[in-house]
Amino acid sequence: MVSFSAVAKRYPGGLTALHDATFSIDAGELVFVTGRSGAGKSTLLKLIPAIERPTTGTVIVGGQNVGALKRSAVPYLRRNIGLVFQDQKLLYDRSVYDNVVLPLAFSGHSPREAARRARAALDKVGLLGRERANPIQLSGGEQQRLAIARAVVNRPAILIADEPTANLDAESALRIAEIFIAFHQVGVTVLIATHDETLVERYGRRVLQVEAGRVSELTRS
Amino acid sequence: MKTWVRQHRQAFVSALARLRRTTSLFSVFVIGVALSLPAGGYALLAGLSDVAARITPEPQVSVFLTTEAAEEDTKATLAALKADVRVASVQFVPRESALKSLAEVQGMREVIDALGANPLPDAFLVRLKEPAEEAFVAKAAGLPGVAHVQADTAWAARLAALTGIARLVVWALAAVLGAGLVAVTFNTIGLQVLTQREEIEVLKLIGATDAFIHRPFYYLGLLQGLMGGLVALAIVWVGLALLNTEAAPLAASYGSDFRFPGLTPGDAAAIAIFAALIGWLGAYLSVRRRLAEAEPGRK
Repeated sequence: MVSFSAVAKRYPGGLTALHDATFSIDAGELVFVTGRSGAGKSTLLKLIPAIERPTTGTVIVGGQNVGALKRSAVPYLRRNIGLVFQDQKLLYDRSVYDNVVLPLAFSGHSPREAARRARAALDKVGLLGRERANPIQLSGGEQQRLAIARAVVNRPAILIADEPTANLDAESALRIAEIFIAFHQVGVTVLIATHDETLVERYGRRVLQVEAGRVSELTRS
Repeated sequence: MKTWVRQHRQAFVSALARLRRTTSLFSVFVIGVALSLPAGGYALLAGLSDVAARITPEPQVSVFLTTEAAEEDTKATLAALKADVRVASVQFVPRESALKSLAEVQGMREVIDALGANPLPDAFLVRLKEPAEEAFVAKAAGLPGVAHVQADTAWAARLAALTGIARLVVWALAAVLGAGLVAVTFNTIGLQVLTQREEIEVLKLIGATDAFIHRPFYYLGLLQGLMGGLVALAIVWVGLALLNTEAAPLAASYGSDFRFPGLTPGDAAAIAIFAALIGWLGAYLSVRRRLAEAEPGRK
């Protein structure tokens, strides 16, 4: 599903965020990406939906070489990848429902089908009934769950979350993690970047450790 | 196809919502006022061109004889004029008849009485088959007893030439203001893009194509231009109505019912379409430039 081969990423200015990263992730896997802040976790995740392009090496996602992808093809790649960010990136001038239904506006679904999918996604994250609320009225955990609903409403094959529990209390963090596990259990490939040891301990079947831009498999006892 | 239509409808509705914002309405007003200048100029010129067309008859030349011209000279000149193949008709106007006509002009009776003697010469009114006045004037000037030859259509030709220059000025004004209005729309849409930058970034992250993101801004530019065009038409309409109200007594004093006719439906549609295209062009240029800056991952 995802394959990195000798991938390096250097930013303008000389910072090398990733060195010679080689690994692959099979469809349906649950993978945690751990490491300190600034270690290169976010860069690694951003390479998958082509938010960043590799400087050298090859990133293959769903059979497509991301580095060689034309700009016009990137949106179609991203529709197959659900993205969840630490800062949620919600639109606060729209309702909860409008945030969730947004990815369906351009993917060719009829309004009825879009509404059905949006409600189903909200139901999965426990926000059904809050459709008309403004995201600003939601708690931090609820906002993160809303971001997850938006990420999964298009039924992506891959779900990527960058520090999804960073600003949440333990209970909310656990609830968010349970949602990701639920998606993993129905066959979605899930990548979660986190420095939350508790989550990794509890759910981490496979862990990629990123240190100073170098990626290694963490062998867990 | 259904999806495409639905997305265009969404973009149009979104553009309408954005149009209600103050900056957009202000731009509509600016576009309207600026476009009313060339549009108004065009409407005035259309009126003047009508007048020029109506008073430019078939080519006509007046041949004035000297006051001392002998009867033989008059006969010889008449014969020469009639023999000319370019001449359609010749009418002799005796000096007494010319004086009588002049005396009928308001205010001239006193002037003629003060003169005592008739100062006007005999004359021929010559209608030509084709507008070739210059060559004919040169020949007629050399006929016996001829003092002066005047091509009566020359002033109409000058009016037509002046109208042509004025038309050119109007088009130049339209081009310059059009370019200015593209810049106005460029800035307005650019501001909209900046204020929506976060939304655009989110849309790109969740897989929206550039076309989907650009479309509402194109519609906004188009609507802004179109509404500006309608404002311009309203200004021209009100301006011409006021002008006609003031001009009616003046025209009546010349025995005329002249009125500036205003813009035809075709002209009005052309102005509205021109304005809409200007808006679209400004939006297109702005969106192309600004949206590249809203690419996720780009600081």
